[in-house]
Amino acid sequence: MSTATATLKINGVEVTVPEGNTILEAAKANGIAIPTLCYLEGLTSYGGCRLCLVEIIGSPKLFPACATPVSTGMEVVTNSDRLKDYRKMSIQMLLAERTHICSVCIADDHCELQQLANQLGVDHVTLERNWTALEIDSTHDFLVIDRNRCILCTRCIRVCDEIEGVHTLDLKLRGKDAQLIMDLDERWGNSCSCTSCRKCAKVCPVGAIYIEGEPISHTKRKDVAEFIMGRRKR
Amino acid sequence: MATTGKIRVATIWLSGCSGCHMSFLDQDELLVELAKKIQLVYGPLVDAKAFPENVDVTLVEGAVANEEQLDMLKEARGKTKILISLGDCAVTGNVTALRNAFKDGDKAVLEMAFIDTSEVNPQVPTDVPQLLKKVRPLHEVVNVDFFIPGCPPHADIITYVLTELIAGRTPNMEGRSKYG
Repeated sequence: MSTATATLKINGVEVTVPEGNTILEAAKANGIAIPTLCYLEGLTSYGGCRLCLVEIIGSPKLFPACATPVSTGMEVVTNSDRLKDYRKMSIQMLLAERTHICSVCIADDHCELQQLANQLGVDHVTLERNWTALEIDSTHDFLVIDRNRCILCTRCIRVCDEIEGVHTLDLKLRGKDAQLIMDLDERWGNSCSCTSCRKCAKVCPVGAIYIEGEPISHTKRKDVAEFIMGRRKR
Repeated sequence: MATTGKIRVATIWLSGCSGCHMSFLDQDELLVELAKKIQLVYGPLVDAKAFPENVDVTLVEGAVANEEQLDMLKEARGKTKILISLGDCAVTGNVTALRNAFKDGDKAVLEMAFIDTSEVNPQVPTDVPQLLKKVRPLHEVVNVDFFIPGCPPHADIITYVLTELIAGRTPNMEGRSKYG
């Protein structure tokens, strides 16, 4: 054989994919949808949002499909009731963590968190909300960050580092206190490394980073993954 | 009034903009069909002074923001079989709950509205219901049976939920609910 492959079962269906593929890639290549949020094709997997969790028969643990490589003989389940419940709980925790109010958010109708909540039937949040009042930084000429809408998926950090090659963005603090920062916690307008490339706004799945004066439908056009893959191949 | 066989429906308007009630009216000609099966017994759309006994379905718009609304909601819950959170304010708190993000938000909104922006005789009124410390979605205060998110919820979703309930079925919101 010229290329090594792995044969596994996903939801009882036998599939063969190149060795080294993740479960998510294997599922996608075979038309099996797994919900994702922090994952973005072309960027390093982060495994932070826990929406792509799957079961592997024989293990009591759950595995993030975006960060788990396939192996021959593996039997994966992607859509059990248990997983649905966990996914709904993950969405609820994201909605409860910060101040998410769709009706006044720039990303309303273009928000991946909102879409997932609707798809998964999350019609209310059972947890008490945190109601954060974190700093909104609009010191940059046109890029704005509202940290109250940030879900800490780190897509912006990864695109800034891996594609733009700048690493202006990063996180400070831990857990629920974690916040996106520019340079060494400078105001965005004072950042000397930011190239104002707008990629962070384009990959933001919610309304946390946006471009002032630009229609959100334009910012969030769904060609981002293609764009990133194109950059990768250059 | 002959009411036999009709499902008794009430609506309540707490802290919200009335948009959810507008959406209820936006069911347009379907309201005629609905009227054959339900009787509106209480709410901003009918003239009834007190919340009646033995209500089958109550649709509640708005979040719980003051003492009066808290009492109203508890009374409605006690007299209703099926209580529904209608719209984002009832489901999440929505814009009404934005003050929750600020320390002493209850005092801050009153000062902003009645002192900071008032040019004549600035004072916080004392003869109105006391604001709650935090604005609450309904299910943090009482047991809620169904949730219809949306700002406002689309009329079709209201029709769907009511039709299912009238037919004795349980509405399934998966793929139907829509925040915002």
